[in-house]
Amino acid sequence: MTDTPLGARSDDVYQALMDAHADRTDAGSAALNARLVLMLANEVGNADRVISVIADAATMDE
Amino acid sequence: MRYDYPEFEFTPPPGLSGPERRHQVAIIGAGPIGLAMAIDLATRGVPSVVLDDNNVVSVGSRAICWAKRTLEIFDRLGVGERMLAKGVTWQVGRVFHGRRQVYEFDLLPETGHKYPAFINLQQYYVEQYLVERAREFPDLIDLRFLNKVSDHQDLTDHVKLSVETPDGTYEIEAAYALACEGAPSPTRRRMNLPFVGQEFDENFLIVDVEMAQSPFETDAPERWFWFEPDFHNGQSALLHKQPDNIYRIDLQLGPDADVKAELADDRVLPRIRAVVGDVPFTLDWKSIYRFRCARLDRFVHGRVIFVGDSAHVVSPFGARGGNGGIQDVDNLGWKLAAVLNGGNPALIESYNAERVQAADENILNSARTTNFMTPKSATEATFRNEVLRLAKSHPFARRLINAGRLSLPCTLDSALTTPGEAPVPPGAAMVDAPHQGGWLIEAAQGEFTLLSVGGARPATLGNLRSIHATDPTSITRYGNGMTYLLRPDGHVATAFRDPKPAQIAQALARAEGAMT
Repeated sequence: MTDTPLGARSDDVYQALMDAHADRTDAGSAALNARLVLMLANEVGNADRVISVIADAATMDE
Repeated sequence: MRYDYPEFEFTPPPGLSGPERRHQVAIIGAGPIGLAMAIDLATRGVPSVVLDDNNVVSVGSRAICWAKRTLEIFDRLGVGERMLAKGVTWQVGRVFHGRRQVYEFDLLPETGHKYPAFINLQQYYVEQYLVERAREFPDLIDLRFLNKVSDHQDLTDHVKLSVETPDGTYEIEAAYALACEGAPSPTRRRMNLPFVGQEFDENFLIVDVEMAQSPFETDAPERWFWFEPDFHNGQSALLHKQPDNIYRIDLQLGPDADVKAELADDRVLPRIRAVVGDVPFTLDWKSIYRFRCARLDRFVHGRVIFVGDSAHVVSPFGARGGNGGIQDVDNLGWKLAAVLNGGNPALIESYNAERVQAADENILNSARTTNFMTPKSATEATFRNEVLRLAKSHPFARRLINAGRLSLPCTLDSALTTPGEAPVPPGAAMVDAPHQGGWLIEAAQGEFTLLSVGGARPATLGNLRSIHATDPTSITRYGNGMTYLLRPDGHVATAFRDPKPAQIAQALARAEGAMT
């Protein structure tokens, strides 16, 4: 398996995401997710890349 | 002080008693667009007849925000200074979420411009000033009130119009007919042209109130916009100042509002008190509107040309309706005058291409604003609200708040433009700067102009107007050593360094339609 930017910390990132959602209502989780998406988009810091990631994610529906 | 609406006189037109000789241009509609069109053509010596079904200026303040570029165009038409003197200048906007300010912007923090970013001035004043200005061209502008165009036929090399008046019906012919009738455009409907775009379900209450005491906490008037204010049941609200101590208040009412009931004073007054507090005020005008963003596929249909709202409509957030329409006028005036004087007819087609591009930009911006303001699903609402929450602590989110992307001139991607690299790029509207005790917009608009900047060798070509910008501000804005060819509408046709006469001639020919 080729390594990824998150590498060995991948499990930590996933767990942090789950922890952040723990004990939240659906509405609270939706709000957190929205905030997180916006903040991560800003962290990526490149509009073309962000738009391409959005398109990638959006085409994965069943 | 309430506006006193003057009634314009009906004068029986000559066509009622015998055939009129063919007109060069018939302008249908004497609103801001039709009147500005007639004045623009008159400044170029082109006569027109202006036909309006009404005999008063705009009832209600309607379009109130006039952008810097529009004022610069009005300056060229001879009414800019009067509008600036009467209008309320503002440049600071504040956005609130609930009661808390989340964002503040200054639209024109720099000096060195004749006109501010925006003035607010009621449409009735704009029309009054334009009518008065039009009357300064008695030989070129034939203003006909209570002359309703009821039918027209495009006869390939001219248009025949049927006109109804209180004294009967008559016909006239014109080489071109310009539909400047606003969004309902009877001409567009007669031609059965599709007007396609996005409809919005939301109702907005729009009210003008007169009150002596300013609701702003600062000396200077501002634009205040609230998302989810506690005084208006979680919907959006907008507050603006106009001249004569009139304040514009826009309140979002939701998609299911009972329009008739909401317009009753017993519903309106408490809503206004909730915004301005328990101070004395009087209602001046009220209306409820819905809007859409739509445009004609083409603005040029043979000898019938659509200008302003008859060609394209936008939601009001961003002030892109009236301002976009005046830029249509600016774009069409010199081209139509050139074609009537034997110029390349391709110029008319370039009006279509350039202003369709601009309309799309305006529609894109105003539709995005409307979508941000009126979320259509729970998910959209969640994202909107999280943007507003984040904005308090995270500056990046302030850029995502969309309470109106205010009107700026479109940078034209046009066949008339010769590509080049410059601080004010080819296709862009000229930028103002001080110039020889006056302003660059006063010196450079109206006809093709060579602008040589700072250390540039002053360029000339035949009898083309040539000006030399030496003010430090203009050198900073335009780039030392650059030479610009500006179109009559002030857009940059091209920019170069040390151009040879042949290069200038080629760019000029292209801007006059040679390569389209």
